[in-house]
Amino acid sequence: MTTTGQQIEDLPSTLGEIREEFLAVPERERLQLLLEFSRELPDLPPRYQHAPGLLERVEECQSPVRAFAEVGTDGTVNLYATAPEEAPTTRGFASILVQGIAGLSPDEVLAIPDDYPTWLGLDRAVSPLRLRGMAGILQRTKRQIREQLIANSAAT
Amino acid sequence: MTAPIDTDPRIQEYAHPERLVTTAWLAEHLGDEGIVVVESDEDVLLYETGHIPGAVKIDWHTDLNDPTVREYIPGDEFAALLSSKGISKDTTIILYGDKNNWWAAYAAWVFTIYGHEDVRLLDGGRGKWIAEGRELTTEVPNPASGNYPVAERDDVTFRIFKEGVLEHIGRGPLVDIRSFPEYTGERLHIPDYPEEGVLRGGHIPTAANVPWATAVAEDGTYKTRAELEAIYQEGGLGLTADDNIVTYCRIGERSSHTWFALHFLLGLENVKNYDGSWTEWGNAVRVPIVKGEEAGALV
Repeated sequence: MTTTGQQIEDLPSTLGEIREEFLAVPERERLQLLLEFSRELPDLPPRYQHAPGLLERVEECQSPVRAFAEVGTDGTVNLYATAPEEAPTTRGFASILVQGIAGLSPDEVLAIPDDYPTWLGLDRAVSPLRLRGMAGILQRTKRQIREQLIANSAAT
Repeated sequence: MTAPIDTDPRIQEYAHPERLVTTAWLAEHLGDEGIVVVESDEDVLLYETGHIPGAVKIDWHTDLNDPTVREYIPGDEFAALLSSKGISKDTTIILYGDKNNWWAAYAAWVFTIYGHEDVRLLDGGRGKWIAEGRELTTEVPNPASGNYPVAERDDVTFRIFKEGVLEHIGRGPLVDIRSFPEYTGERLHIPDYPEEGVLRGGHIPTAANVPWATAVAEDGTYKTRAELEAIYQEGGLGLTADDNIVTYCRIGERSSHTWFALHFLLGLENVKNYDGSWTEWGNAVRVPIVKGEEAGALV
């Protein structure tokens, strides 16, 4: 098992708190919590709303979710994502990551365990197959950050 | 105590009009005794965002599949599941869901192999109900427990396994209802869907490709009987009442939608769904596979 105490303590605070929120409620109520997250997915900032091509399609998700992680000029990361209203599970996954990643440093994001989605106690309520969609968003987020770090270091 | 049949003229044209109801019929019969409405979706949270009043939820993945073996839950668990949803053996079950009833049709097939008699689909599914501005609620019903007897699954009449399909090649029609690129082997999974780890692409020798959505009209309902006949029978695929037919897709869900059309709407008696489908066939050792556009033959 990868859920050792060491790794959980290493989780960035918001992602750790989200995990605790899920584990604190009985399995059946975790779906309700995921639904609340899906409702909290923020709208895209205008510069992405007008240029949807900037967002990358996440192939691992059953529903069309598009996401893009950005290292800002202040050196912190923000993740932007959009998914249709009729795909609340995917919106919930995206929302957890958007909230959990906001304001982290690139290194902190890159250190998030790839299997974080399996730490939320959703295996039985949602099914591992569906959780792969969330892992897909996380993997792309990390890749996009690595690409920007390389591009930024080449530019300076 | 079977619920009345929908007398809509379009529904009445089908071979088994007792298997499909219109949204108008359901709106009229919501809350009738002996009817339980069941939502079955691809998205596990969609029901929670709002559903048809009184509808219960059954999830294809977390409810109907055994978590360990690749098989449906045992008969006693099926009975307990249906009882917990307020369903008894003589209940009229009305299934509906997202994606043009793709998963609802899958549930209808699973319920049928477990021997439930009165299983119907809401024609047009969740999409049509919502498009018509009909009522939704987030209130989850708390039905009185049904008294469902332990179910015995019939794995012969409407279900077929890999070994059976191997014997079937050359003896009857095979209908591959996946997208054309999956059929030819160009793609290993549904366009826009996740890769599911299949080692080989292509189709089962002799299979004809009729993507499942061919059977769906613009509003998400099934096409009319005449249109379905033109697609699957004379002038189209050429299926006849004497044929033993096998449908398959990726895990058996999309092909359940076609199975439903062939068996209940066109009245073809012998139609089996191969639920192992491509995620089994494309990974199996030494089974014959044809790549490309030709149906191919058993060699």
